[in-house]
Amino acid sequence: MKAAVDTIAAGGMSARDTILLRVREALRLPAPMPHFKSLVPSGGSDIPSPHAGGSSSAGHAGLAILPLDVARPWLPDGGDTPESQLAILANNLEKLRAQMHRVADLSAAADFVLSLARTRDWHRVAYHGHALVEPLLAGVPCATYRVDGADAFDKSALEHCDAGITACDAIVAQTGSILVSSATSGGRALSILPHVHIVVATLDQIVSTLGDALHAAKHRGAGRMPSMLSFITGPSRTGDIERILVLGAHGPKELILILVG
Amino acid sequence: MIAQDAQSPQWAKKKFLHDAKVHVQDTGHRTFVQKALGGYFLSRDAQKARYRDWEQARDAASLAKWSAVNRLDELLPLFVANFEANGGQVHWARDAEEARRIILDLVREAKAKAIIKSKCMTSEEIHLNAALEKDGYGVIESDLGEFIQQLRGEPPYHFVFPCMHVRREEISELFGKFLGTPPTNSPEELTMIARRHMRQLYVDADVGITGANFLVAETGQISITENEGNARLTAALPRVHISLSGIEKVVEHLDDLAVLLPMLATAGAGQQMTCYNTLYSGPRRDGECDGPDEMHLVLLDNSRTAILADPEQRDSLHCIRCGACLNVCPIFKNVGGFTYGTTYQGPIGSVITPHLRGLSDWNHLSAASSLCGACSDVCPVRIDIHHHLLHNRRNAARTVPNRWEKFGHQIFVIVASRPWLFAAGGAIFRHTLGMLKRLPVPLLRDWLATRALPAAPRKSFRQQWRQAGKDSL
Ligand code: SF4
Repeated sequence: MKAAVDTIAAGGMSARDTILLRVREALRLPAPMPHFKSLVPSGGSDIPSPHAGGSSSAGHAGLAILPLDVARPWLPDGGDTPESQLAILANNLEKLRAQMHRVADLSAAADFVLSLARTRDWHRVAYHGHALVEPLLAGVPCATYRVDGADAFDKSALEHCDAGITACDAIVAQTGSILVSSATSGGRALSILPHVHIVVATLDQIVSTLGDALHAAKHRGAGRMPSMLSFITGPSRTGDIERILVLGAHGPKELILILVG
Repeated sequence: MIAQDAQSPQWAKKKFLHDAKVHVQDTGHRTFVQKALGGYFLSRDAQKARYRDWEQARDAASLAKWSAVNRLDELLPLFVANFEANGGQVHWARDAEEARRIILDLVREAKAKAIIKSKCMTSEEIHLNAALEKDGYGVIESDLGEFIQQLRGEPPYHFVFPCMHVRREEISELFGKFLGTPPTNSPEELTMIARRHMRQLYVDADVGITGANFLVAETGQISITENEGNARLTAALPRVHISLSGIEKVVEHLDDLAVLLPMLATAGAGQQMTCYNTLYSGPRRDGECDGPDEMHLVLLDNSRTAILADPEQRDSLHCIRCGACLNVCPIFKNVGGFTYGTTYQGPIGSVITPHLRGLSDWNHLSAASSLCGACSDVCPVRIDIHHHLLHNRRNAARTVPNRWEKFGHQIFVIVASRPWLFAAGGAIFRHTLGMLKRLPVPLLRDWLATRALPAAPRKSFRQQWRQAGKDSL
């Protein structure tokens, strides 16, 4: 079969067409379903083979049950109430060695950032334009750098900053992950290049599971996603040397979440 | 590696046998690797316990991959259309050669002066670094493990833990030699040396090369999983972002990642989630302050469609490269990663390498297994790994029949179906057992080299049975 495809390919077919032809030819024979232990889809046990009936889209309807819908109750718990979600989140962040700081309002958050800047003797802090972020820089006793300001982005300037402050899209209780994006967190580099990453978020941004966060991102993006979406789960880490955990491999050594509300 | 392909037949097998012998006898190496994996087992079990039903979650993960791989004809074009609509550019590569050429052209067009790269096993598969260096481009591996291996001039030892076999003293010495840093015994300090060394390189690089873990068809995004933040930096700061991926990495829904991302982390490294799981859809958008001007994705076949064409082993394309099957494999733990001589080590490597590089040269990997099934037990996407090793053995016997094995079986059939001949043969065998060791048959010699022969009984089983029957009367 492959030989036949390649003979045609030799006749000047593009790489794209050759590969897609190989794929179509290869899929002519259906593969058996995996050996499931227990998965019985709610639509009955007769999920059709994707290629039953010749056209590959014929199987599509039979697979309308997304693994996520089925899998939700099997994955780690993310909590059903705001209280349980907050408790699971706090526990996860602690295990991940991320810091969580709860404040009543934005002015308390600004005081907290100010004290951080003082005690750690920061020289320059980076941020982006956002209603939750800008108020935090009001009183910082050091230089600031706005990544999305009037001047063009300067990566060297950002590299010299001690900390970066961003907003986020969502916070996932289930895994302790913070979802940032190039649209809501000041582009791509602000949340990864400075040594300390401070995230400011409101309590209502906490969601239960990864699935919830992805679902919301898809709807917010509505066909046009931000060019980057990133789940950040704890400070940057590596285990490459003798499998011993070290924080701060290339990304931030510290991740500080300020929860307002 | 490319040159080796042209070497004498069976070179791969000879190398395997030789290296395996060396490594199995190196108890220091074995203990070190076992110890490094010890922590993995503990954290993996703790994280697995947080799943309300890990086994059923495996069903969901395997269904997600099964339904995507079996509809690749529909999902691959859908992914590409969406990725292009987001402003990314797609390049198709039939084989390694074509992929190298495409990437070299892109690098040349970008007038690259410095290239930074994050971990990408597919690039190891096509020997990308060697090709870039041959054309005069410097390329820096930014993942700590890959960076250490690059300095050592070695390929990765394990496709998830590239330098798990290297001791901290060796790393300290290596950094001293190449970076001029003072010796240290602390993994933390060693990590910081690499961190400091790399930061300016991210800023200076004009091309960033990454891999991809998943291609999401419905949104046209690529998903990259990493712990260190180096891939994030690689895709944020350089002007051009090139990503290289096998065509089998497609999943249909963004939601599928809600199952696959945590399972990849738990099975692969004993984590709840890997530190950074990032979805990219194209270059910087209008209104975004940073990010690359161009994003290119190279989609590689390189014999993946040959695996796809084999319904029996098609599920080996479900592999999410978590590395769990290596960590539990008694063969891997004894012979070590380098003995395989392949890009993908361990059980899954033994399954797919014969497809990628030829069954006749790589079938010996299927024999290097006790068929214990530990790999299939841990695989988060339920690939039937150990049975595929059996399938490869069967296929090899069909295509390149082993004449001696066949001859041996024929003799056995003749002897076993004639009781008098069987008895006579047994008698001769009992009396000559001691001489076996001296016979010039390679298989026997290898087997007996490390094993003591038991003393032969004086009477055959049948004689003893008859005797016992008489005695009990
Ligand atoms: S075969 Fe399964 S266990 Fe092995 S690396 Fe692939 S996904 Fe992981």
